[in-house]
Amino acid sequence: MNANTVILRTQARLFLREPANVFFALLFPALLLLAIGLAIPGMREPITEGALAGSGVRPVDLYMTAVLALAVATIALTTYPQVFAIYREKGVLRRLRTTPMPASRLLVAEIVVNLVALVVGVALALVVAFGVFRVEAPTQPLVVVLALVLGAVSMMALGSLVTALAPSTGAASAMGMSLYFPMLFFGGVWVSVALMPDTLRTIATYVPLGAVAQALNEGWFGEGFPLHQLVVSVVWTAILVPLAARLFRWE
Amino acid sequence: MTPVITVKNLRKTYGAKVAVDDVSFEVRRGEIFGILGPNGAGKTTSVECLTGLRAADDGEIRVLGLDPAHDGAALRERVGVQLQEGELHPKIRVREALELFASFYPDPADGVALATRLGLAEKLDAQYRHLSGGQKQRLAVALALIGKPEIAVLDELTTGLDPQARREVWELVESVREEGVTIVLVTHFMDEAERLCDRIAVIDAGRVVATDTPAGLAVGARRGQVMRFRTDGDGARVTALLEGLDSVEEARVDRGEIVVRGREDVVVDVVLALAEAGVRPVDVEVARTSLEDAFVQLTRSHEEV
Repeated sequence: MNANTVILRTQARLFLREPANVFFALLFPALLLLAIGLAIPGMREPITEGALAGSGVRPVDLYMTAVLALAVATIALTTYPQVFAIYREKGVLRRLRTTPMPASRLLVAEIVVNLVALVVGVALALVVAFGVFRVEAPTQPLVVVLALVLGAVSMMALGSLVTALAPSTGAASAMGMSLYFPMLFFGGVWVSVALMPDTLRTIATYVPLGAVAQALNEGWFGEGFPLHQLVVSVVWTAILVPLAARLFRWE
Repeated sequence: MTPVITVKNLRKTYGAKVAVDDVSFEVRRGEIFGILGPNGAGKTTSVECLTGLRAADDGEIRVLGLDPAHDGAALRERVGVQLQEGELHPKIRVREALELFASFYPDPADGVALATRLGLAEKLDAQYRHLSGGQKQRLAVALALIGKPEIAVLDELTTGLDPQARREVWELVESVREEGVTIVLVTHFMDEAERLCDRIAVIDAGRVVATDTPAGLAVGARRGQVMRFRTDGDGARVTALLEGLDSVEEARVDRGEIVVRGREDVVVDVVLALAEAGVRPVDVEVARTSLEDAFVQLTRSHEEV
């Protein structure tokens, strides 16, 4: 059988065999949106104060875009670097290098598996958003897709840097987590990017996940094109990918 | 017959540390070739250069006529490798690992048949983390053989295995050789090298100190015979007396026993000298030099330089 197929299938099975992956990467965004949206009073009432007063936008709508950003960050900074750290720690990469298969194909397969998982995680969150909270369709669907794709790429690039640098699974999870929580903050998981004070919002524009969340909000609720935020995503990718490739060690 | 592996003046350093100083050897088709040496002698580094995992600093390597530094991909299709510290994903099943590795090669062996031969038939659906040390090693051997290699390189194959599992792995290696696979066996176990290898290169401190058959190495190192015995008397006085004899090269006290090493006629001289001095030796044991003695002698002589 074709090597790429077998590698992909094996990596997908191993991904699903890890309960933490299944929960955090696939189910967590949807469950978080469901819990916050149902449990916190006022989440489903239109916002009446501040910049968004009168727009008809509800807190749960803003939380939905934050949850999409969270889905991206969870995959990029937790599940994806973890597998490679295990592989390096156990000598799997070293072992693979003695076979005719270029070990880089494993990296590609792993990225594909994680991207598919991201699509599933996002899709489940959208099912909750549309099905339970009756979130309206985005004003600019293509901008939403563009923001998700460019954002996923820049965040995976950040995850690749963790992958490149972390010598062990412990280090990968420490590095991943110390990036994950600040990213979630700037991505609007605690305070929506739409409701952040000006200074904080400006800073968030330049943070990888902050740029993703702002671009998503513009695409979903706004009319403008979030050029600035999308360029930030592309620039982060352009910086992080060569850096990760340069620092990557097989052993 | 042209050798399948030729290594000439291999040298590899890591910064100021010389891992391999000057290593040369040839491996012939169909033999089990041992690379024997104490830990840190440069065995693994030599093998890593051989399989293209590391680039040599100097020297020439040809494996099946290919240069590992340049023709790595072609070489890896024909050479199977089992590495020290080369594990698998903890949750991969044995069957999946076999399928995965089989997919890397153009004409792989039947993974299930191979696993059955290696006694892993009942473990096909077990995850890697649930295998015993011996089962992991047997799987490592299976994965090294799954591409139908012409050469299999096995590095510290039985380290950490219990005696029963070691014997099983040894039988396995012998049966693989009977199928025509050339085997390079890296080990620091004397008994393993003596039992399995047709020829051995002894490596110490980054250099080959001897290359020969196990028996040849033992003979080459032999400086006559070794005698061990006990006496009631003062050990130091007895060794001093014996060291005065022409045929004795060394006499010392070792754990209450007197050990005498010397020429072939050393036994008679010692017995006569003891009788003259009124000392009665008991528990007398006379032995020829073994591979182990040869190994100790070869690797120790380097340290003394």
